[in-house]
Amino acid sequence: MSEHSTYTPGTAVEKWLDDRLPVVRFAKEHLMDFPTPKNLNYWWTFGAILVMCLGVQIVTGVILAMHYTPNVGLAFDSVEHIRRDVNGGRIIQAVHAVGASMFFVALYIHMFRGLFYGSYKAPREIIWILGVLIFILTVATAFMGYILPWGQMSFWGATVISNIFSAIPLIGENIKQLVLGGFAVGNPTLNRFFSLHYLLPFVIAAIVALHIWALHVPGNNNPIGVEVKDGRDTVPFHPYYTMKDLFAMVLFMIPFAWFVFFAPDILGHPDNYIMANSQVTPAHIVPEWYLLPFYTILRAIDFNILFIDSKLGGVIAMGGALVMLLIVPWLDTGKVRSGTFRPVFKWFFALFTINFVALTYLGAQPAEGIYVVLAKVCTAIYFLYFLVVLPVLSRIEVTKPLPTSISESVLGKANA
Amino acid sequence: MTGAIDMFKSKIIIAAFAALAGLASVPAIAAEAGPRPERQPWSFAGIFGTYDTNQLQRGFQVFREVCASCHGAHLISFRNLAEPGGPSFSEEQVKALAAEYQIADPTAEGGLRPGIPADRWPSPFANEQEARAAMNGALPPDLSVMAKARGVSDPFPTWVFNYFTAYQEGGVDYLHALLTGYRDEVPATAPEGFELLEGQYYNEYFPGHAIGMAPPLADGSVTYTPGEDGVTVPETLEQYATDVSAFMMWMAEPHLVSRKQTGFVVLLFLIVFAGLMYGTKRKLWKGIEH
Repeated sequence: MSEHSTYTPGTAVEKWLDDRLPVVRFAKEHLMDFPTPKNLNYWWTFGAILVMCLGVQIVTGVILAMHYTPNVGLAFDSVEHIRRDVNGGRIIQAVHAVGASMFFVALYIHMFRGLFYGSYKAPREIIWILGVLIFILTVATAFMGYILPWGQMSFWGATVISNIFSAIPLIGENIKQLVLGGFAVGNPTLNRFFSLHYLLPFVIAAIVALHIWALHVPGNNNPIGVEVKDGRDTVPFHPYYTMKDLFAMVLFMIPFAWFVFFAPDILGHPDNYIMANSQVTPAHIVPEWYLLPFYTILRAIDFNILFIDSKLGGVIAMGGALVMLLIVPWLDTGKVRSGTFRPVFKWFFALFTINFVALTYLGAQPAEGIYVVLAKVCTAIYFLYFLVVLPVLSRIEVTKPLPTSISESVLGKANA
Repeated sequence: MTGAIDMFKSKIIIAAFAALAGLASVPAIAAEAGPRPERQPWSFAGIFGTYDTNQLQRGFQVFREVCASCHGAHLISFRNLAEPGGPSFSEEQVKALAAEYQIADPTAEGGLRPGIPADRWPSPFANEQEARAAMNGALPPDLSVMAKARGVSDPFPTWVFNYFTAYQEGGVDYLHALLTGYRDEVPATAPEGFELLEGQYYNEYFPGHAIGMAPPLADGSVTYTPGEDGVTVPETLEQYATDVSAFMMWMAEPHLVSRKQTGFVVLLFLIVFAGLMYGTKRKLWKGIEH
């Protein structure tokens, strides 16, 4: 699908530029004429929404950095200074803080869409892997960003999470000290996290470019999972999908704005309005909600396995949960991509989704009583889905007959 | 700092995810530490809520005459008291008020000078050590953002509804409950069998119940001036607690009113714009089977 350029330079200047740096040709090929399956549903708009989220975070973040002071004595007050005294600061700060949560909402929806419609299957494995890398980097960026306001939950969240590194045998303690810049979370930690929090979004943006590049080789997957056969199956990206994506972005901005203007603190934690204090430990330390599913998996391993103690076991489980995502293209080898045509898969996918929400919920609960048991069950389901359900289903499941092409499928829908 | 507060955010956040992802239903969890503070009919609650200027002025009086003798509020400047959306004192009143305070300033002769509106609210103690020495070892926390630094835990499904009602008054509800949560017979206030150390008081709502702050308010302890229209408000503990809690909400969120005003414009624009976008999108896609 590489030969779809209809660009002919109109003027001598355009011709001159096209011979030297064909940016206009590139934009026309990839942002306008790119043939896109015409049956994409609204779940497919979250890619564009995520680009918007990244843009919003970078723009608001750059402005916030102009007024923020990364010093343990000044950071907390400088955030309040932004909220109180900087022109438009309270909106910019709220957009950035709420924006992190909205980013993850869109990110999780985008990933679950990929998991349901089999978007990770050949020839799109690299797109998927790059996406998982973006997810991991975004988690790291968000985690470091949460330290910056230097509230109680910032400090203690960093303390708990950075302890993960110390579980690594032999070099763990050294890695932890390198990450923190000392033996405990302190001013060096705040400084390096601020620096990295500013750097990583640009790394993410670069990987997003690769993600889209890789996407533009085979083109989009689509809700029926049948490859594009000919021009009747597609429409040009512009204006059809630019318009649809823009509409979805505006729609997404409505709940976004609701939180920013009417409930800016509802997604935050009251404890983070108390300045960090290494002498006072909050009763329950809870990471941000988007880390909770993985936090639950980390905590679920509270028993030793042979020579692996529970702490290292938890870290391995949490890392394993991410590795599952990276290797999913080779776990699910079924030829049929879309969950729509997989009657058994559908149910397991629903279970997996509910299980993921349950993992999120359990991460916020104290590790006691029934929650401990549930966390173990949910963790087991998470891994069973990848390691047993997907490989087995892709071998034994009887799938429904696929439409021969996208255009046949949409015409069938129209005539039904 | 209670477990209940910790859970508050997380529960809420899961609700956002669940609601937005179209998935819901999570079981309720038990709240810890003390009864849930009763919800008060705050004038600033809900999406249409605004501050009551008179209440903020009364609250400021309580804060100044009672709270400020032990607590600081270092994020507040005198000038904030004259800004729109707050207690809205006049510039002259604020100037006169600031001048009543002596501000530490190494460049001034003798190290002290009268305050000006640009000065921050002066702290009652020079540092933590001095405060603890004076306060029987306890440290009176800064009150600048106190109304947002406390929260409450709601059982399911209330916390889901909180998203749609934009309920963010858990902190002030708690402050009001705390200020009115002392037992009557001071100092023998604790229930039988509850050990209180010297200088501690029993409070229904304080996590652990043993609080270092003596009951700060009592009926008649602050004298309110009647309004220009001759309207008086009761000089009761209940009224003081409500007024000063409202004032603390203003200190924590001084731009609440303008924030909501902007929000209405933004949301209205987005909804209309989304409608227009949808119309355009439909027109564009008309005739394309998809």
